[in-house]
Amino acid sequence: MAKSNKPIVWGPFAAGGTITAFVTPVLIVLTLLAALGQSPRALSYDALRGFLGHWLSQVIVFGVIALSLWSSAHRLRITFFDFGVRHDRAVAAVLYLLAALGTVLTLFFLLRL
Amino acid sequence: MAEQVGRRPFVREVPKTRWFLRHPRYRRYMAREVTCIFIAVYTVILIVGIARLGQGPGAYEAFLQALRTPLSIAFHVVALAFSLYHTVTWFNLAPKAMPVRFGETALPHAAVAGAHYFAWVILTVVVLWLAGAF
Repeated sequence: MAKSNKPIVWGPFAAGGTITAFVTPVLIVLTLLAALGQSPRALSYDALRGFLGHWLSQVIVFGVIALSLWSSAHRLRITFFDFGVRHDRAVAAVLYLLAALGTVLTLFFLLRL
Repeated sequence: MAEQVGRRPFVREVPKTRWFLRHPRYRRYMAREVTCIFIAVYTVILIVGIARLGQGPGAYEAFLQALRTPLSIAFHVVALAFSLYHTVTWFNLAPKAMPVRFGETALPHAAVAGAHYFAWVILTVVVLWLAGAF
């Protein structure tokens, strides 16, 4: 059977696509409210610190961010190709590297809290 | 071989970077693909927010201040539109990507997409309520 690395990339893409479809709009609404000076209670320093102090919220937030990054990286790779950038290997390497970097940083920032 | 063929082979010209402007279907495809740029940038904002939160109240307050700039507000509005477009296209694709079957009978596509929309609305309202947005 031919070897393929597609499932490894497609798994996070499908999971991330679903996660972002469900939660990204409401997250944007929350920070948009903060941007408009109508900051929701949960975005105050103490409330957010308290929320992210729990391991379960950390797991959820890490999952949402990591999957958002990986699915976006994969889709962006396809988008680069569609816009006429045909160096797929280089594009893929850079984007997946950035997604990996973002994932590690997120883990670091969450554990530091 | 080429000189044996007496006529010029037809090569359809495809502009490398503007091909999708030719047809509304292609434009919708590109709009769907481009949603990832906004979702990616927004995710980076979230990561920065968590980093600033860890640096203390002063740093977090500066992050909130940065959110209130006109550029940030404009980005949020555009990103919200694109993320909603991603949600709609993703839910409408879901029944095609994973059809639900019970033996011979398949669940209608509208039912699968509808279940997604229903769950999404509930989740959105619950998150807004828990966050104290209203």
